[in-house]
Amino acid sequence: MSETNETIKPVVGLEIHVELATATKMFCRCRNRFGDPPNTHVCPVCIGMPGVLPVMNRQAVEYAMKVGLALHCTVAGFTKWDRKSYYYPDLPKNYQISQYDLPLSADGFLEVPLPDGTTRKIRVRRAHLEEDAGKNIHDKASHTGVDLNRAGVPLLEIVSEPDMNAVEEVLAYARAMQRLVRWLGVSEANMQMGHMRFEPNINLHITRGGRTFKTPICEVKNLNSFRALERTVAYEIQRQHAEWQANPEGYSIDKVGKENRGYDDEAGVTVFQREKEEAHDYRYFPDPDLAPVLVSDEWRGGLAAQIGELPLARRARYMERYALSFKEADALTQDAPTGDLLDTAVTDGADAKRCANLLLGRGAAIANDRGYSIAEVGVTAGQLAELAKMLSGGEVNATAADKIFVKLAETGGSPRQVAEAEGLLAVSDAGQISAWVDQAIAANPKAVEDVRSGGKSQKKAFGFLMGQVMRLSGGAAAPAEVQRLLQQKLGS
Amino acid sequence: MSKTIDLDLVRHIGKLSRIALSEQEVGTFAAQLAGILEYFGKLQELDTEGVEPMAHAVQLHNVLADDTPGESLTPEQALANAPDRDGDFFKVPKVIGDSQ
Ligand SMILES: [Zn+2]
Repeated sequence: MSETNETIKPVVGLEIHVELATATKMFCRCRNRFGDPPNTHVCPVCIGMPGVLPVMNRQAVEYAMKVGLALHCTVAGFTKWDRKSYYYPDLPKNYQISQYDLPLSADGFLEVPLPDGTTRKIRVRRAHLEEDAGKNIHDKASHTGVDLNRAGVPLLEIVSEPDMNAVEEVLAYARAMQRLVRWLGVSEANMQMGHMRFEPNINLHITRGGRTFKTPICEVKNLNSFRALERTVAYEIQRQHAEWQANPEGYSIDKVGKENRGYDDEAGVTVFQREKEEAHDYRYFPDPDLAPVLVSDEWRGGLAAQIGELPLARRARYMERYALSFKEADALTQDAPTGDLLDTAVTDGADAKRCANLLLGRGAAIANDRGYSIAEVGVTAGQLAELAKMLSGGEVNATAADKIFVKLAETGGSPRQVAEAEGLLAVSDAGQISAWVDQAIAANPKAVEDVRSGGKSQKKAFGFLMGQVMRLSGGAAAPAEVQRLLQQKLGS
Repeated sequence: MSKTIDLDLVRHIGKLSRIALSEQEVGTFAAQLAGILEYFGKLQELDTEGVEPMAHAVQLHNVLADDTPGESLTPEQALANAPDRDGDFFKVPKVIGDSQ
């Protein structure tokens, strides 16, 4: 490539569909619940019976507004609902209620943390509310089964500008959006439950010999995992480049326009999809059953006030105020409750660094095993603070604290009670430790000699003796006391 | 705005609406739809300069419900009028994928 001096710039925009975690659907009071038996959360409104009257869910509007505000969007003072007409078995009304020309939110941005520690602003064109469709079940050869439990579930469609130029940026943006909606408590954003779906738009701007070539924009629909998104974008970049190389004048946005492709998960490729010419003739018009929504400054302001500190601001605060590393601060700001745990423990007077170590050590390990967030492990801020204080005071050592943390997650209780019950309190009784120190000195004359002679192996030998005392104590001796007595007895 | 209703447009609308139209019906509907449009065309004579587009016929707004679960139908009730079923699923001709 270098001999032709060619540069390739991928240009990617992303549509993200987020299912909102309301208790009920968008226009009826059927439950919004995943995984229940088919057609158990359905009513005349959501299965499209004639003569019904849909009523908008206030919570869905507020959740959508919160996302808009957190994305620095303009939240419209006036918004309305439109019908988007098309036929598919999972859409019982034969139209989807959506927002066409007056979306709830527009013109915002998301600050996206990149793997290298920098952040990038990705612009958000619009975020509008619409209803989800039902689910088609394809396991029968002769027909399709339709479950309408999902029909009418509130869906927020967030459309970015084509501001991403690499696979990593697309993934980082998608992950940042997942973190944001979880942070705001508006969606569980669980990929397995289909709470988030992606539709990337991808093309390449290729510069060669002073000319810029643009490949056709490809839209890939309905990706439901980060892996599928990553593979799709990576595949499209190389596929479009290869097609362009084979036909630089013909494979262009001017000649081909826009293409629709589907993702084949097993093969890890995208395949061309022929669209019916009338597919995008949706004949939008205002829904006569639904009244428009006026958003007052007061309503908007009240929701904005509930948003509070966002993930990146909190991460910066942890690095500055708690002196945590980027990695630590980032791990503790993946969701709001985990950071809240840390903040509350620190307010209780515990040392931030010790709390962070506990959360990111055993806490993260348990969370990882069970697929939880750290906060969901079940250790409370009060327990965390007490345990961190016991560590700081030398009442327990790190190994014991680890065991106590596991116990707290399993059975609860207070750290002190657990430590006492399990015999994990550090022994700082000088008489007892003194006996262990004497025993270690008697059993290791060579190490003792090395310490006393003060040579270059002194430090290592001292550490060895420390370890021997700790072993004799079964890990229970308070390290500070062991060190003090060893130094005293060896005269070092 | 003064889009004329020709036969092709009626065929197109029929296709979008999944309605099979005979050639005779296409002709009938083209004439009828053109008549309706012409009648509504009178509205074009009004001066709408400075008038906000109307999104709704009644002056209501913010008709919002609390997010509290209510009664749903049983699967039996929901499927009672369905032309065909497969267990508790609605049964339809074979399709591929989801619409979303
Ligand atoms: Zn319903």
